[in-house]
Amino acid sequence: MSGPVYNFAYLDEQTKRMIRRAILKAIAIPGYQVPFASREMPMPYGWGTGGVQVTAALLGADDVLKVIDQGSDDTTNAISIRKFFARTAGVATTTISTEATVIQTRHRIPETPLHAGQVLVYQVPIPEPLRFLEPRETETRRMHALAEYGLMHVKLYEDIARFGHIATSYAYPVKVNARYVMDPSPTPKFDNPKMDNCPALQLFGAGREKRIYAIPPYTSVVSLDFEDHPFSRYRFDAPCALCGAEDAYLDEIVTDDKGSRMFVCSDTDYCESRQAAGHRGSESAAPHKEGAHG
Amino acid sequence: MYVAVKGGERAIENAHRLLAHERRGDRDVADISLAQISEQLALGVDRVMSEGSLYDRELAALAIKQARGDMIEAIFLVRAFRATLPRFGATEPLDTGTMLVRRRVSSTFKDIPGGQILGPTFDYTHRLLDPELAEGFVPELPAAAEPAAAAAPRVTDILGRDGLIEPSPTADPEAAVGDLTRDPLGFPAARDLRLQNLARADEGFLLALGYSTQRGYGRNHPFAGEIRFGEVEVGFFAEEVGFAVPLGEISLTECQMVNQFKGSATEAPCFTRGYGLAFGQSERKAMSMALVDRALRARELGEEVLAPAQDEEFVMSHSDNVQATGFVEHLKLPHYVDFQSELGLLRRLREEFAAAQTAPPLREAAE
Repeated sequence: MSGPVYNFAYLDEQTKRMIRRAILKAIAIPGYQVPFASREMPMPYGWGTGGVQVTAALLGADDVLKVIDQGSDDTTNAISIRKFFARTAGVATTTISTEATVIQTRHRIPETPLHAGQVLVYQVPIPEPLRFLEPRETETRRMHALAEYGLMHVKLYEDIARFGHIATSYAYPVKVNARYVMDPSPTPKFDNPKMDNCPALQLFGAGREKRIYAIPPYTSVVSLDFEDHPFSRYRFDAPCALCGAEDAYLDEIVTDDKGSRMFVCSDTDYCESRQAAGHRGSESAAPHKEGAHG
Repeated sequence: MYVAVKGGERAIENAHRLLAHERRGDRDVADISLAQISEQLALGVDRVMSEGSLYDRELAALAIKQARGDMIEAIFLVRAFRATLPRFGATEPLDTGTMLVRRRVSSTFKDIPGGQILGPTFDYTHRLLDPELAEGFVPELPAAAEPAAAAAPRVTDILGRDGLIEPSPTADPEAAVGDLTRDPLGFPAARDLRLQNLARADEGFLLALGYSTQRGYGRNHPFAGEIRFGEVEVGFFAEEVGFAVPLGEISLTECQMVNQFKGSATEAPCFTRGYGLAFGQSERKAMSMALVDRALRARELGEEVLAPAQDEEFVMSHSDNVQATGFVEHLKLPHYVDFQSELGLLRRLREEFAAAQTAPPLREAAE
């Protein structure tokens, strides 16, 4: 039995062309979900097969790739995907947001503002923002075609009536380019404002659901809200315990079984570069670099 | 002190090493060969080929070995490999009427041209554990007879001659065959794509759906018109020579269900069809597929769509076990960013709730 030989960045060139055509269409119609013939990838559905296919179609030999999961470069799945492309495409990888040309992400947008020329690739589980209101694809496609988004506003209104707030804290729906309501993938709503008028290209890949969508650079992205209940970011009460950042999304770390907790940046690159620049938090004596990788 | 909660490269590598070790099991026990899997766990290999959509016994056996006997994991391995293969084209339509039949039963006629052939089946075995099989058992050689001279015509063709069953739609030879692995699926889906989806679908899912139609959720009164298993030649039209050349033989199980009548003011009533096809000997799969295929034809046949098995979007969107297992199992990936925002929201809601409880009650409205 002879071992199979795989193409640059794993996918064959025909498949990449098919994906690139879907990406181009997605860029031309911001926020619209373009169906594409998603392939079975060598990692399971739900592990980021959509993002991986988009990244595979984008990568060139001189690209620099960063992969994050939950904001971190060294979560197991981020490492696994980064290694996959390091092996199959031989591209340079980095953990530094500003150095990367392509950043694949699951559940976060980096804290460091993205710049023109960068591409942010999101892994998307359920691309359809209306799915939990209407399970049928035939119906939701019609609703998008007619820009019939009343149902979504009713849902948000019902949240306010019941809880006093819009009770969606992640995957918070947005309207792109004043036309399509779009699911930003399960990023916390804290990240939503970063999508608006962003200089980088934002691409969204949903492998199992076979959809690609996009936000071209400098496109308006508005989180859905009401005049008397405007969109608000989730605020943390404490600064990052390691770098003192007050403007970053934080992970809550349970430190013992007696209810002690600390809050640290979820974006590890942001936190580490702030610490390197001399910023300190309440727990700074214990830098959390892991020695195993590099 | 901040404890390291993030994973690491070394952790992944060590986990893979441990997995390889566990896969091998006790090293004093002989390593299992692919030939042993292919020959002695043949029905498992058939299932992996069917749901993996790749007819290759050796690769399917390797996948089963690599997956430690986890069938869905083995199917996934085969699918991921299949996705990288180039497509040369589509074969000529198979003619299962020319099948070299190894097993063939009809529940609708006592005797049929070509005869009923029981073949290798569990059907009339008594399910008593057989301790003799545990080691070194050498079975008797099977009884042999001259192969039947005439091919066995399909039972549905016999019914079809009298118009008692609806004709099979004839394929347009010029039209391309749909392929949901190459084109994104849209709804409503044509029957070719539905059948492709069902052929790749999880056997257990189809079994449960087919069963549900028998229990009244979309009942369609099925009879097993015919189930046949055997070898069929695969032909491929080669441009260079201008005719179809045989590529070889594959083993298939075909099930033709004969279902309740359909008729109208203008059309005489006739039986309707449900179709199932699977690689190897996969009767449960082929029969379940035929039941679900018929159920999914509800709209086409003017029946009310009420049951899950009749609902095309529901069935086709959830039938693929590689997709299903991926999305279910992805819940074990970290979700702490989302969970954190839910936690924040919940805490705020609880604070507001507590504040409202301690606040002086509103004066009740006048009675």
